[in-house]
Amino acid sequence: MLTSKDLSFQYPDGERFQFPDLSCGAGETRLLLGKSGSGKTTMLQLLAGLRRPASGDVIINGQSLGALSGTALDEFRGKHIGMIFQTAHFVRALTVAENLRLAQQLSGKAFAASRMYGLLEQLDLQHKANALPGKLSVGQQQRVAIARALINEPAVLFADEPTSALDDENTAQVVSLLTEQAKMVGATLLIVTHDNRLTSLIPQQTRL
Amino acid sequence: MNLLRLSWKNLTFKPLNALLSVLLFALSIGLISLLVSLRKQADEQFDNNLAGIDLVVGAKGSPLELTLNSMYHVGYATGNIQLGKVKAFFNPKHPIVEDVVPLSVGDSYKGYRIVGTQPKILDWYGASLGSGQLWQHDFEVVVGEEVARVHDLSLGATFKSNHGIIDEGEENNIEHDDDFTVVGILAPSGTVMDQLVLTTNQTYWHSHEGHDEAGDDEAEHHHQAHDHTADHAPASLLEEDPEREITSLLVRYRNASSFQALNFPRNINENTELLAANPAYEISEVRRQFDSGQRILGMLVLAITVVSALSIFIALFSSLRERRYELALLRTMGAGRGKLFLLIILEGIIVATIGYVLGLLLSHGILSVMAANISDDFRYSLSPWRLLPEEGWLLVAALGIGFLAAVIPAIQAANTDIAETLTEN
Repeated sequence: MLTSKDLSFQYPDGERFQFPDLSCGAGETRLLLGKSGSGKTTMLQLLAGLRRPASGDVIINGQSLGALSGTALDEFRGKHIGMIFQTAHFVRALTVAENLRLAQQLSGKAFAASRMYGLLEQLDLQHKANALPGKLSVGQQQRVAIARALINEPAVLFADEPTSALDDENTAQVVSLLTEQAKMVGATLLIVTHDNRLTSLIPQQTRL
Repeated sequence: MNLLRLSWKNLTFKPLNALLSVLLFALSIGLISLLVSLRKQADEQFDNNLAGIDLVVGAKGSPLELTLNSMYHVGYATGNIQLGKVKAFFNPKHPIVEDVVPLSVGDSYKGYRIVGTQPKILDWYGASLGSGQLWQHDFEVVVGEEVARVHDLSLGATFKSNHGIIDEGEENNIEHDDDFTVVGILAPSGTVMDQLVLTTNQTYWHSHEGHDEAGDDEAEHHHQAHDHTADHAPASLLEEDPEREITSLLVRYRNASSFQALNFPRNINENTELLAANPAYEISEVRRQFDSGQRILGMLVLAITVVSALSIFIALFSSLRERRYELALLRTMGAGRGKLFLLIILEGIIVATIGYVLGLLLSHGILSVMAANISDDFRYSLSPWRLLPEEGWLLVAALGIGFLAAVIPAIQAANTDIAETLTEN
């Protein structure tokens, strides 16, 4: 469950964005489309609580993000929000398995090896568990990022241009994995993109 | 995956970045620990051997040399003095002198000095017999604990002495002809007594006569007649020929703060052919020299410490620049600012801790190498692996420096702006 109302944001340099209201149910997948510079990423960051809006509020699973502050917001994010970025980033000193484990622990949940290895297997990464992320291909890295975003079974999954660095084959695979996995954990999936390959795959769309 | 492990993984992922910091830190900790240990053990060595001695009397020369030779058995004697010139010191009714111990030095046994003296020196130094009995007759010896241990001497063992106080190797040694017999072994006392071979003053005269008149049959016979005979206890020194020589006297005052006692050394130095040295004064001179050397080294160490702290700071700071995205990522995964702060602080503290451990290994390693050399030259037995309470404080200081060096990078890490960093790309 993800809803937003009257969201707006003001950059210090004066640029101001007003965003449309959103309301997504559990298990729903939606595209957030817009040209570059339209504020897509800014809206995603507001929705994920990475920035504070100038006005309006975001509600995830009944919790208003505006009412949370500091560490409480960080913890809420760790528990209920999964994020996937354009390029996958990891703690470079840790292996794939350790990165996933870290995500689990930072969210405050107990380490569940079965959940981790199950995910890795579904994403065809079981043989890469002990590899350093830097040694993986771009497509593999993006799949590990998906695994990391999903490992805590979040209420909302945000993906910021997850396919822009991938070829067609990997794009199709990543999108199907994302939608499938989001459904499996009952998460709302919001994909921010300007990638036209996705518009034909996902009918629910919001344009900025 | 707790924070400590994460910090450790981050550090070891690029170990070369942290290596310089660790080595510099180890160097500074090592030098501090070395200075503190040497100072502490030197002080103790000085203090343990003070033995309540108020004055050392010997032949004219350097008072420091006289003190070091007579009390610490280091360096050379200033010369010998005739018994006749110092008889007054033995007078039990002497108004200033309460008691006196005569010393005869100059010979050695395999690098350990043989000292002709009287058994009461053990009481002065707080040493006691571990086994056997005190030396009563000429050519009977009581050996210090270290001497017995190193040269495997047991009660009843016999050996020949070397002329001179330095072990010059088998070929260069001039041996005296007479056999010394071990009648007692001292218990360890932590004083210079551990490293001495004790016998009577008279033994020196006999062994040197024998040496001087080598080849003289009559003298040899004379020796055999009078050596090691139970009925021949040496006479009191006062009854000996006043022409006979000893090396020095250790003197205790009746009242060290009396006016006469304060003027006593100057009177001796100005009015007699003797040299009187005040050990407390001479030792404080040595300490003063030590102090000024230590001050210079201390400044050097301070400079190295500052540089090593800076190096930790710079290493963390530059690694943060590379890891900005990683830190932002940790925030999106639920790590609060406090955790990021702690993560970086822990990296500083890990570097400091490793540096501390390496530093202690370095300093005590150097000490153990020194201990082997120093014992022969300076009668100074170092305990190289003894840890001092100061070194506990050094750990606290090391952790403090690690913390301080990391605190600015850590604040920066805690203040990472997630949204800005993630959109930078």
